[in-house]
Amino acid sequence: MIPAPERVYDVAIVGSGAGGGTVAQALAPLVRDGRRVVVFEQGPRFEDAEFTGRELEMASALYADGGGFLTAQGTMTLAFAQAYGGSTLVYTGTSLTAPERVIRHWGVPGLDHADLLRRSQHYLAENNVHLLPPEEINDNNRLFLEGGRRAGYRVEQFPVNVKGCRGSSLCNLGCPNQAKQGTNRVQLPQAERQGVEVVTRAEVLRIDPDRTLAVRVSEKAAGAKGRPSEWAPGEYRVRAGIVVCAGGVIGTTSLLLRSPLPRPRCVGEGFTCHPALILVAEHARPITNDVGHPKSYFVDRGAEQRFVLETCMYFPFTTAKALSGFGAAHSGVMRAFPRLQMILVLACDAATPGNRITVDGAGRPVVRYRFTEETVGGLVEGTRASARIFFAAGALRVHAPFATPPLIEANDAERVTELITARHFKEGKVAISAAHLMGGCAMGAGAESVTDGWGRVHGLPWLRVADASLFPDSLEINPYVTIMALADRVAEAIRADAPALLG
Amino acid sequence: MELERIVEQALTSRPSRLQRQLVILIRAIEWLPLLRYGRRFTRLERRRRARFLEALQESPLLLLRRGFWGLRTLALMGYYARPAAAASVGYHADPRGWEARR
Repeated sequence: MIPAPERVYDVAIVGSGAGGGTVAQALAPLVRDGRRVVVFEQGPRFEDAEFTGRELEMASALYADGGGFLTAQGTMTLAFAQAYGGSTLVYTGTSLTAPERVIRHWGVPGLDHADLLRRSQHYLAENNVHLLPPEEINDNNRLFLEGGRRAGYRVEQFPVNVKGCRGSSLCNLGCPNQAKQGTNRVQLPQAERQGVEVVTRAEVLRIDPDRTLAVRVSEKAAGAKGRPSEWAPGEYRVRAGIVVCAGGVIGTTSLLLRSPLPRPRCVGEGFTCHPALILVAEHARPITNDVGHPKSYFVDRGAEQRFVLETCMYFPFTTAKALSGFGAAHSGVMRAFPRLQMILVLACDAATPGNRITVDGAGRPVVRYRFTEETVGGLVEGTRASARIFFAAGALRVHAPFATPPLIEANDAERVTELITARHFKEGKVAISAAHLMGGCAMGAGAESVTDGWGRVHGLPWLRVADASLFPDSLEINPYVTIMALADRVAEAIRADAPALLG
Repeated sequence: MELERIVEQALTSRPSRLQRQLVILIRAIEWLPLLRYGRRFTRLERRRRARFLEALQESPLLLLRRGFWGLRTLALMGYYARPAAAASVGYHADPRGWEARR
């Protein structure tokens, strides 16, 4: 057997999303000092013209399992992207900083909110984060604002990281106008200009104790989107002085689990997410919904009622999947598409024993997840609040999967609490999806943590983690800014430790 | 047919175990109505077909609910992922955004 070609780097970063892209940029100055830094990204690098906005075509190209990655229980799908830029390609660019109460609750020694905020503000500025002007807000968002205020909720506007947004509404399928300032637009190109190498279609299979990575570079399939890899297809052995795992919650945790390392025993524990429901309501007249930025407002009831509501606008198949039932009632709602208002309910789910990431015999990730009573309660309360907002905005009827029948007419608006109950929640019946995946390699100090507050894996100082798997519990908001802030901390520690680790 | 092509393509990338489970479920849906209605699913009138599928959707067994959900997802994908179906329900998102509406 011919041995795999060997390559040598000082720093190898696994993953190019909010964590990996940030670390790549922050470590780029090392290249000036003669160090070699490489980023391995499992997905491809897309050409600008390849973002067509077509639902199935883009979902299949961008998301793991086309967006349908199932938990082991088969009751929730997890959405995360595999591409140059990771999941920053498919978010809506909503840019919130971590709540102080959450960071206090995490209780990670040495991690304080002021430090995270300072780092977050750097990336908010770098990514052009701002509030959209009123003339760019569509009816779907405006109705949420008006309905929310009338129903007595505190509605806040999302700052977003767009530049030159044309209002395609297609953010979750990759912006066709390259307006979102994800790591694919900002941090990675800057890092590459400074000499960091990025190798796409490169899956890291294993990290060995001698700091060698087994890397498989895949060939571009005929007719597939994206550029071919920068390296010839095949297997490689890559020696690195420092290894940074930033492949996202599923990627990083499963990589550590299948690597023959003396790793902390709790790798994979503490997985959490924001289980989300798409709710729709029908208005009497057409509204602008499939044009304009889709996510401008939110209501945060995380601290009080364990839910967050966000405006959203999804595509026909995704919407059809979110509706309960089938047949005439289902297609009746679908035919009302130009009159539909949408809200996304996110449950704030605490890390719970038993909810964890493991790997199967072949080393593939398996996510074990059960809904707790509290999480279902958050979804139910969020659904009730959404129904109140929809009706206050003038909706004729609301589709609530936690009601039987699911369509609630306006003349029953006062009965929302009575009609929408946890009794109607049946796992496997309601379409629940989560995009904000967190935990698996928690920061901390004790035996229940994998890294310290700077992303150093306990007992393996050359191995670092720099993504949302570091979160010791739910963040309760959209996580990308916090991931960047933490990755920035991780990079700072690497720069400080580099002389000792690299010689 | 475009619908079948979409579903087939989606299934190709799925693990073979899942594909086998789907075949078993489809066979079960075809034959289980014999016990209740004395006829196979494809020989049932529309109303009874709907009632049988509703029973699967509301089944106390997670395995059946999950299987039905997967099958329903595939059917909805095959139908609504077609650009013609998206347009027919009035979905007109365009990469040019606001400019395409003015």
